[in-house]
Amino acid sequence: MKQMHDSLIVQTMSQLLIPLAQLFSLYVLFFGQYGPGGGFVAGVIWTTSMILTFLVFGLKSPQGRLVEKMLHGDGVGLIIFVGVGGLCLVGGGEFLNYANLGIPGLGAPAQRYMGILISQIGVAVDVAVTGISIVLSLAYHDTEQEYDV
Amino acid sequence: MIYAVNIALLLLLLVTAASATFLVKELMSSVFILGSYSFFLALVWAWLGAVDVAFVEAVIGAGLATVLFLITLFDTAPKDSRLRRPPPPLAGVLGLPLLGILLLFAANDLWPFGDPTSPPNVHISPVYLQQSFADTLTPNVVTSVLMDYRGFDTLIETVVIFTAGIACALLLREPGR
Repeated sequence: MKQMHDSLIVQTMSQLLIPLAQLFSLYVLFFGQYGPGGGFVAGVIWTTSMILTFLVFGLKSPQGRLVEKMLHGDGVGLIIFVGVGGLCLVGGGEFLNYANLGIPGLGAPAQRYMGILISQIGVAVDVAVTGISIVLSLAYHDTEQEYDV
Repeated sequence: MIYAVNIALLLLLLVTAASATFLVKELMSSVFILGSYSFFLALVWAWLGAVDVAFVEAVIGAGLATVLFLITLFDTAPKDSRLRRPPPPLAGVLGLPLLGILLLFAANDLWPFGDPTSPPNVHISPVYLQQSFADTLTPNVVTSVLMDYRGFDTLIETVVIFTAGIACALLLREPGR
């Protein structure tokens, strides 16, 4: 876990699978309005792709550094969600009434679409960062001084 | 006919996986069987028509929870993850089947699945199904209920997840890192 996995097969297959998982996560996120899925599931799928990244490539590799960088996004998702609600307040409606989002040039269905989409992105970011944070704390809480944020 | 056999087989697999989870001697095997149990449960949800719930069950129960259990088990010594089970107490051996029979007896009074006149299907579901598009202009009823009618619920859920992440970081991460 601490350094790169030594099997070439595992590395090659992960390079193939990780972008696929991330693509599927984005699909679930953006298609969740019309089909099954949504922000929560998309965030968890993104988390699993990140876990695979640092299990295979280790935290010292460029990809692992990217996983560590994601921890700085703690709370950003919540701010996005609450910010959408606040924008609705500013637009003259109730909190989280997406019709009053106030994006210029969009009709009422598109306003609601954008409102739900942006809050789903907020949920996804929040879930993904929390999942990675919990997994990294569990994996690196022992005495080895490998892990620094 | 084939369909009914499939469902019976699925439920049998579900019960088998659930019993094997706590009958097996090693925690590592138990974790893997628990993941397969989540997959079977996801299939049951999909059979009942709750595709969103099935999706979450497959991703969380079989994916993330298994990873969390495994990473926790990596840090424990092998002697701690092997279980010595004491024989079950007599009250449990006699009482639990009785409780199961009682629950099955009570389940007789439930409405049949999919009955259009059952209270859950006449109370508020028709309102959502008929008016959600006019109210929220979103074609998917699940999304409109989750994000629009009950947007506050989802927001507080997100706050709970955020709090859980903060608490885990506070408890598990050592200071100064």
